[in-house]
Amino acid sequence: MSQEKQTVYVSKDLYEKVKKYIQEQGTFNTVDELVEFMLNELLDQSVNETMSKEDEEKVKDRLKRLGYM
Amino acid sequence: MVSKPHGGKLIDRTRIGKSLERLQEDAENMLKISISEGRAYDVENIAHGVYSPLEGFMGYNDYISVLKNMRLENDIPWTIPIILDVDNKCIASIKEGDEVVLNYNNINMAILRIEEIYSWDKKEYAYYIYKTKSDEHPGVEKIYNRKDKIISGPITLLRDIPEIYENVRLFPKDTRVLFEHLNMKNIAAFQTRNAPHMGHEYVMKAALTFVDGLFINPLLGWKKKGDFIDDVIVNSYKTLLVNYFQKDSYVFSILRMEMNYAGPKEAIHHAIVRKNFGATHIIIGRDHAGVGNYYDPYEAWKIFEEFPDLGITPLFIREAFYCKKCKTMTNEKICPHSEDDRVRISGTQIRNMIMKGERPSEYIMRPEVVDVILSYKNPFF
Repeated sequence: MSQEKQTVYVSKDLYEKVKKYIQEQGTFNTVDELVEFMLNELLDQSVNETMSKEDEEKVKDRLKRLGYM
Repeated sequence: MVSKPHGGKLIDRTRIGKSLERLQEDAENMLKISISEGRAYDVENIAHGVYSPLEGFMGYNDYISVLKNMRLENDIPWTIPIILDVDNKCIASIKEGDEVVLNYNNINMAILRIEEIYSWDKKEYAYYIYKTKSDEHPGVEKIYNRKDKIISGPITLLRDIPEIYENVRLFPKDTRVLFEHLNMKNIAAFQTRNAPHMGHEYVMKAALTFVDGLFINPLLGWKKKGDFIDDVIVNSYKTLLVNYFQKDSYVFSILRMEMNYAGPKEAIHHAIVRKNFGATHIIIGRDHAGVGNYYDPYEAWKIFEEFPDLGITPLFIREAFYCKKCKTMTNEKICPHSEDDRVRISGTQIRNMIMKGERPSEYIMRPEVVDVILSYKNPFF
């Protein structure tokens, strides 16, 4: 992923609320940082591949063989 | 719900069936590069998704970014470089774009497509990762003994190394299915490199009070002199768990990965790896992955403040001791009594007692665990 940044517009009200939230919570340094984190989280959900039923059965067989199930 | 894999996707660089057979045949005619035991573990960990989102050994930009920013080039948190060192003689026979076979102990383990060949400054590495350039630090000494050039690129696994603890070795895709089967939604990972003493049991059970399950995941592989050997760790844990833990409250599985003794940076690395196994929390105790006096006792707690986007929650649990007045294992936050009433647990003290054939008291270690350790002629590296 490139480190180059793009501008995104949000309403001033929302921006101010997020800024206040950051000041209170202290986990993020800037609004940009929080927005980038949340967008990444959202996109991560869509690329989080689920295992096929067939693969899952293979894993379960292995776990049974090893005595975990 | 188990943690999402680091970077969003669980990496799988293994192949099966005809595709694997073809690659294994192709590999016979490729240039072979011998790799060390530690790098062989890295190959397996990349291939099975333990190091997700890495698909291979790091290129220069990721390497420098991890060193200086504690993040991959794409801004994903990562604190310990995963790099493959080779000697100058090897470099003379390869070029970028080549495919080579990574060979460990005469086993063709994986195919690496070489994307980059570069040099590294080991002192710079030591400074950024270990906060010291002193070769008295066991991790730094190990780095100084590595080869001078680095090759990078994606790998494809041809075969795993034979594993003597096969029946207690799980990979992330296994644990993710298993946690779901056991209905564990919140899972606290416990990283260890030791045989368990009462302090370890205390922190594991303290965490277990708040989560659905424990993921006990000891590291096997190279460790510094004086640490317990692999067999002692595996068998002492099995004994502890059978005798003192509820059967469905934990998953015990080994992890083949070398210790670095890099303190706070290694704490983050340990957290990322356990996130890939599906753990939602990781127990971070006093001086996590530390050695000597190189790191402040609770420095590994503080570094988590720099990673709000880590995706796994640290459980900071203080060092435990036995209090004669409380008549239980406790910690500084809970126990109101004086130091005179406290029986502190020291790894060095346990080691010294065992070397002399003495039994640590029941305040320090479970008798069944002591029996296992004393059954070995030399339980230490």
